[in-house]
Amino acid sequence: MIEPTVYDLSSPGRHGPLLPVLDVPEAPLPDGYLREDLLLPELSELDTVRHFVRLSQRNMGIDTNFYPLGSCTMKYNPKVNEKAAGLAGFTDLHPLQDAEMTQGAMQLLLELQVYLAEISGFDAVTLQPAAGAQGELTGVLMMRKYQLDRGETQRTKILVPDSAHGTNPATTTMSGLQVVELPSSPRGNLDLEALKANLDDTVVGLMLTNPNTLGLFEERILEITQLVHEAGGLVYGDGANMNAIVGVVKPADLGIDVMHFNLHKTFSTPHGGGGPGAGPVGVVAKLAPFLPGPVVSVEHIPDDFDDEEEHVHFDEDGDDFRLIWHMPSKSIGRVRSYYGNFGVLVRAYTYIRMHGAPGLRRIAENAVLNANYLKARLQQEASYPVAFGDRICMHEFVAQGILEGAPDIHTMDIAKRLMDYGFHPPTVYFPLIVREALMIEPTETESKATLDAFADAMIQIAREAREEPELLKDAPHSAPVKRLDEVRAARQMILCRC
Amino acid sequence: MPFIANTDADRDAMLAAVGLERIEDLFRDVPEQHRYATLDLPEPLSELEVLREVSALADENDHLGELASFLGAGAYRHFVPSVVDFLAGRSEFYSAYTPYQPEVSQGTLQAIFEYQSMVAALTGMDAANASHYDGATATAEAVIMALNSATGNRPGGKGPRKRVVLSPALNPQYREVVHTYTQGMGLDIVGGDLIDHDFHTLLELVDEDTACVVVQNPDFLGQLHSAAEMQDLADAVHAAGALLAVSVDPISLGMFTPPGEYGVDIVMGEGQSLGNALNFGGPYLGFFAMRTADVRKSAGRIAGETVDVDGQTGYVLTLSTREQHIRRGRATSNICTNQALMALRACIYLAAMGKHGLRSVAEQCYHKAQYAATRISMIPGYQIVGEKPFFKEFVVRCPAPVHVIKDYLLMEWGIVAGYDLVDDYPELGECLLLCVTEMNTRQEIDDLVEALASVAEMVEDMELELVRELEDVR
Amino acid sequence: MAYKFDATARYAESHDWARVEGDVVVCGISDYAQHALSDVVFIELPSAGKTVTKGDVYSTVESVKAAEQVYAPVSGEIVAVNDDLESTPELINEDPYGAAWIIKVKPSDPGQFDELMDAAAYETFLSEHE
Ligand SMILES: Cc1ncc(COP(=O)(O)O)c(C=O)c1O
Repeated sequence: MIEPTVYDLSSPGRHGPLLPVLDVPEAPLPDGYLREDLLLPELSELDTVRHFVRLSQRNMGIDTNFYPLGSCTMKYNPKVNEKAAGLAGFTDLHPLQDAEMTQGAMQLLLELQVYLAEISGFDAVTLQPAAGAQGELTGVLMMRKYQLDRGETQRTKILVPDSAHGTNPATTTMSGLQVVELPSSPRGNLDLEALKANLDDTVVGLMLTNPNTLGLFEERILEITQLVHEAGGLVYGDGANMNAIVGVVKPADLGIDVMHFNLHKTFSTPHGGGGPGAGPVGVVAKLAPFLPGPVVSVEHIPDDFDDEEEHVHFDEDGDDFRLIWHMPSKSIGRVRSYYGNFGVLVRAYTYIRMHGAPGLRRIAENAVLNANYLKARLQQEASYPVAFGDRICMHEFVAQGILEGAPDIHTMDIAKRLMDYGFHPPTVYFPLIVREALMIEPTETESKATLDAFADAMIQIAREAREEPELLKDAPHSAPVKRLDEVRAARQMILCRC
Repeated sequence: MPFIANTDADRDAMLAAVGLERIEDLFRDVPEQHRYATLDLPEPLSELEVLREVSALADENDHLGELASFLGAGAYRHFVPSVVDFLAGRSEFYSAYTPYQPEVSQGTLQAIFEYQSMVAALTGMDAANASHYDGATATAEAVIMALNSATGNRPGGKGPRKRVVLSPALNPQYREVVHTYTQGMGLDIVGGDLIDHDFHTLLELVDEDTACVVVQNPDFLGQLHSAAEMQDLADAVHAAGALLAVSVDPISLGMFTPPGEYGVDIVMGEGQSLGNALNFGGPYLGFFAMRTADVRKSAGRIAGETVDVDGQTGYVLTLSTREQHIRRGRATSNICTNQALMALRACIYLAAMGKHGLRSVAEQCYHKAQYAATRISMIPGYQIVGEKPFFKEFVVRCPAPVHVIKDYLLMEWGIVAGYDLVDDYPELGECLLLCVTEMNTRQEIDDLVEALASVAEMVEDMELELVRELEDVR
Repeated sequence: MAYKFDATARYAESHDWARVEGDVVVCGISDYAQHALSDVVFIELPSAGKTVTKGDVYSTVESVKAAEQVYAPVSGEIVAVNDDLESTPELINEDPYGAAWIIKVKPSDPGQFDELMDAAAYETFLSEHE
């Protein structure tokens, strides 16, 4: 069954919600400015509701299925987050209202800045970036400007491991810098010899994901950051995988100078079918002047100020303060409008407040335990190779869709067959350095029972691959559509119903 | 612990299966001296407690749900029909990731396709993508696309063009973000500080090095440019071999000529108005529409129609070779996560309001804004600035400092007056940018007029004394 | 995997081929390269009149999952471009050495052609690097 598009459902003369009758006189419409036709659909409210409810039923989400998409941290999104972000005091707040009117929202931002700084060990945090990639751009532009500010104009390169997410090299190029790709070591970590060979005074810094996209912690992280610092470089931490270490280790303690968080991963904000996210960036003190602005900061109010005034806060010492917007002195500028994806920040704030320090540590511990348990079952019972499988993994691991006795079966076939078992497939064909990669991240919110069901399905699929390969080749059998022709889509380029 | 399903017994069994004794053993790669650093965070809260705390913070804000507001300047209060929250709140939508696996993501993909279709229809362009972070970053991405576009190269193999001409009437925050994004690209960005907002003055900056010109319509000060005027601009920009990008208010397109009809190459802007709340500045929606010829140079996710092995229609993410996950260091943008849920809200909004609804929203904004401006223009001491027609925003020159007027209106009348233009356009003098939408009742507008009139009277009666006094209160 | 080769062509390690036809060198990508890409959906073509240096990227060939750069096997001026590939990029999969030639170059250094591998050498190169 296909679901028709809104245009197919449209019927001339139908309409949805009405506005109140116009209560002012009509003004003449200007000549030479007006459009003739507007090709939007004409639907009744029920048409709209049925259509989008049906569409929703053609999706898997965390709330309907296990969704072990590696690198994406598809954990449960607590419903209280939605309630908090939906409060009228937040949703009906205009970003350009005077600061006196928005002190509550600013207080939330300030606290979140403080919590994220505490969790990561950094000295300052900006909440402005809208997603991880924008956090990367923010961080790399700051690194660049820091080097220029020191007069190190010859530094134009960023070192990026070959296991990095595509956003790392893309960010580098966008920042006007050159990517130098570094190979991985036989242990699945950064190759230190290659690092040393490339570290000179043309390097702005290194972008490092820790744990990396293979799910492995950098065993020699302290040596790495020291080497980069000795060469006058900075270390950027891609914090997409923070779920593995939140509450366990502070990235700044490891020598990272600047890092983005993905609040839509580690801090449970829903991914929305592709966004919104939030990519706050933490920095060590020497980079703080370069942060994008405005950031919330505290202004102390002199003693003789009229205390009756509303919206004055008192700090622990009983001193008055109010919150103001502040532009850091050497700022790279604003990276987007206003202050960030505020609604996402409210959700993350709520989540952190519910967990506190012990709760956050439990997140990492359970995420890592779940991943190792699943990895062990797949290795032991289903003979899926796991990249660097002899090591303890962190929050995720990279299996391979390579099965003995089933030479024609590929990762894609296994992924599609998992759908028939009611599971969203893992991330496939990433990282690029692992052949037939199946990157599996269970997250801490899944139970052992769910992991067992998933492992059982993978074991069953491995058997099918040998005995009835066409079951995999023709999969999925039970999804709303069968395998889709991506080549045709790219060649035809039907991008709208116009 | 909240949201963790495993019991201690489960954990023990799992540890045994992994062959470890203690949870700590999982973290042996983490340098020991840094393992289990102390975190100084507030105590964990239950759901009930956290809601109390967060509600207290929300209550501390004076939000627009409780006030009459004439504040816009890039973020707008429009009617959001109930179906939008209801349908976008389906967690099959919001708890899904980017639709990498199309067979189990048809809901998201079809909604994106429909969103793209309606944005293309609204703007009169060939194609649209599935969102940028906001209007500002969509503008920066438009500039970058223009720099990379085939027509962006200078004739005679003289290398890529490096000049970008920004209208001074383009949202000041968008101009800032263009500067931030491109700071490493060695560009020559001009125009933003022009005092004269006339297109002819802007065109004087366009030379053979120019990759693109970016304007806004209606512009930041509310002024509308006619289709003919825009077409002339587009022709002149094209004659120089550059691209024209226009930031538009999507609600205005409910009644005004779509940019696709006046020769524009890129249409982008802030889509928050389309079914999204103010949210203190985010999450918002950068929409982006273009010509077919430029699609392969564009950034961001795009959904396309195709068929499955049985020939049944379905949707997939397509043209991904433009993106960072494939092109890596050769990609022109790093965008990955976008604002998909906001695009879904816009999609539902446009479907629900439809052809007739969007037109009536636009017309009500227009009529109410004209009504407000006409009445304000009759108050002695106030003057409407600008000769062109306007849509829902307009500039009023005031008889007293704008921040003084704003404070007075808020404290005495409960009115959020508008946006003070003094910082962004000091040359205009004491000017207020007012915004009127379908959300403002006639009563609110009449109150605003009365309040402004009383300011004028006070200024006249007590001359600047009161003004100074008012400043002291501040 | 058995790949096709054009015995009259020469090959570069980047999987580009070159063939002398009169006073021009015809260039394209090898059967191995088109296999590795799978279904080609798009090709970005250069314009005639441009000069290329051996090793320059002159085109990008895309499948659904990859965007591979194509390198000039010899230096010279591009005198012809195969515009058919714009509308039918699948020719690259179907006939990589024939209908799917990409550019014709008027070589500035004819000696460069001789430096390329012949079909046998390229076949050996492939078997060593597969
Ligand atoms: C390792 C890694 N880095 C960076 C990113 C980019 O983050 P975002 O999608 O929020 O822009 C991702 C997300 O996909 C990621 O997995």
